[in-house]
Amino acid sequence: MIGTNLLALGAVIYAEPGWAQTLERYTRAAAMLEPVLLASLVVLYVASPWLAPMPYWRGCGIVLLVEIVLAALAHVLYAKGGSALVSGGLPRAVALAALATAVLLGYFRLMVRAYSPALAEARLQALQARIRPHFLFNSLNAVLSLVRRDPQRAERTLEDLADLFRELMADGRRFVRLADEIALLERYAAIEQLRLGERLRISWELDGAPSDALLPPMVLQPLLENAVYHGVEPATEVSEITVRIERRGDRVLARIENPYHKLEPAHRGNRMALENIRERLRLFFDAEATLVSKIEAGRYRVEIEIPYKSGGVHAA
Amino acid sequence: MSELKVFIADDEEPARQRLKELLADFAGELPTRIVGEARNGIEVIENLPASGARVLLLDIEMPGMGGLEAARHLARLPGAPAVVFVTAHDEHAVEAFELNALDYLLKPVRAARLAAALRKASAAGPPAAERLERASGAREYFSVTERTRIVLVPVKEVVYLKAELKYVTLRTRTGEHLIEEPLVALEREFADRFVRIHRNCLVARAAIRRFDRTGGSDEEPHWNVILEGVAGGLPVSRRQWPVVKELVAERHE
Repeated sequence: MIGTNLLALGAVIYAEPGWAQTLERYTRAAAMLEPVLLASLVVLYVASPWLAPMPYWRGCGIVLLVEIVLAALAHVLYAKGGSALVSGGLPRAVALAALATAVLLGYFRLMVRAYSPALAEARLQALQARIRPHFLFNSLNAVLSLVRRDPQRAERTLEDLADLFRELMADGRRFVRLADEIALLERYAAIEQLRLGERLRISWELDGAPSDALLPPMVLQPLLENAVYHGVEPATEVSEITVRIERRGDRVLARIENPYHKLEPAHRGNRMALENIRERLRLFFDAEATLVSKIEAGRYRVEIEIPYKSGGVHAA
Repeated sequence: MSELKVFIADDEEPARQRLKELLADFAGELPTRIVGEARNGIEVIENLPASGARVLLLDIEMPGMGGLEAARHLARLPGAPAVVFVTAHDEHAVEAFELNALDYLLKPVRAARLAAALRKASAAGPPAAERLERASGAREYFSVTERTRIVLVPVKEVVYLKAELKYVTLRTRTGEHLIEEPLVALEREFADRFVRIHRNCLVARAAIRRFDRTGGSDEEPHWNVILEGVAGGLPVSRRQWPVVKELVAERHE
């Protein structure tokens, strides 16, 4: 409707030289157009259950037909009342209606293409978090070193790895509970602890974390992985990472901090991971989620804020 | 058969442990003795020369100084060890290796592959310095070989490099060192950090404080560069002056 009104406005502006007359004529035109548009709305709404399952082009044809019939009907009715919807008789009214409908259908098709759920899904899958191969192979190597010395710890580590990879390969298009995501963080941390030993210290500040909050899967793990990769691995000394998750009113905040080292060429790729998470948050929460990162007093900090939602785990 | 002296360098304790286990596994066919361990490149430089190691098992990704750079410094040592590089999966490293035909093992390492690499490396001797150079990019340290010891000088502490006959003098805020590398190669390697001001001199861009004009007012102007932490100026050649001036202008923008 808005679209047709705009078209009408455009048409009138085009037809009239003066602004004052433009407004007046637009009001008059709108008064005549509105009944037709409202009728279209009702007809199309009622017809939508039949239209929806139809092949796209046949649906378009029928919508076009409906609009032409309505426009013709209106034209005939108005003509009886002594005024004209458009000057130039029935064929012109029909042609204009058809044109307006076609333009709008084209526009909708474009919008649907840009925002289709299928496309969003494809993007989500492509964006699904990826663990660095570096981590996988170093972890397997660490497990191998445990097999003889401490078989039980080797078993636990393999179980942790399995959980991590199960999540990584799972469907990324659903919500998970924060408690589960935290458990995953702890599994990941246990593996890194085995590899890095004393060098890695993580301080967990999770008292305020709402365990029932929902979030996209594998959003926090890549941030912790980044913190280890950029904050701990390049350092010879003991490095501390802080993980803080809390609820503030209707928001959930997660903050991960690590010592900052200037990026060496071999250690780049942080931007990609952050952009990936940012995009996924956007697909899940639109503008309601934020991700910011900054360097402060020699520490790198990344903070995520999402709306607090709780409830069953379901598809996004 | 005499024992092969092996030095292990990896920042992860489990990784070193794993290599030791594998060495023990094939000790029957290939007897080895571990003569030292290190957690990063700097520890390798400090401890390897006195260890008498013939082969170095060297991880690439280590904090402080990685394996590639460590190998470059060692290559100048008399009696440098053969090197077997070990890497998890670093695409860049692997690519660099393949381009330069350096031998490497992928983690997790298999016993049979390790034994074969040890045999091959100990027969081949230390890797060629120029292959390492091409594979490793700019170093973080210069190394000065003093008989059986290697002294590391952080590149970022060097204020200028000056070629004199066979040697290049490294000038830091606190002292001087001599290295035996061509200035042209150093200029290429550290193009981001140093700028040539004269046929025989590179200065650290970050250390440049100002330029002083010398010579009488009627002569063509000559310029001296004044560097932080160094008394007196260094002459900028007429040929290099436009380049240097450009660079300083860029910095002040």
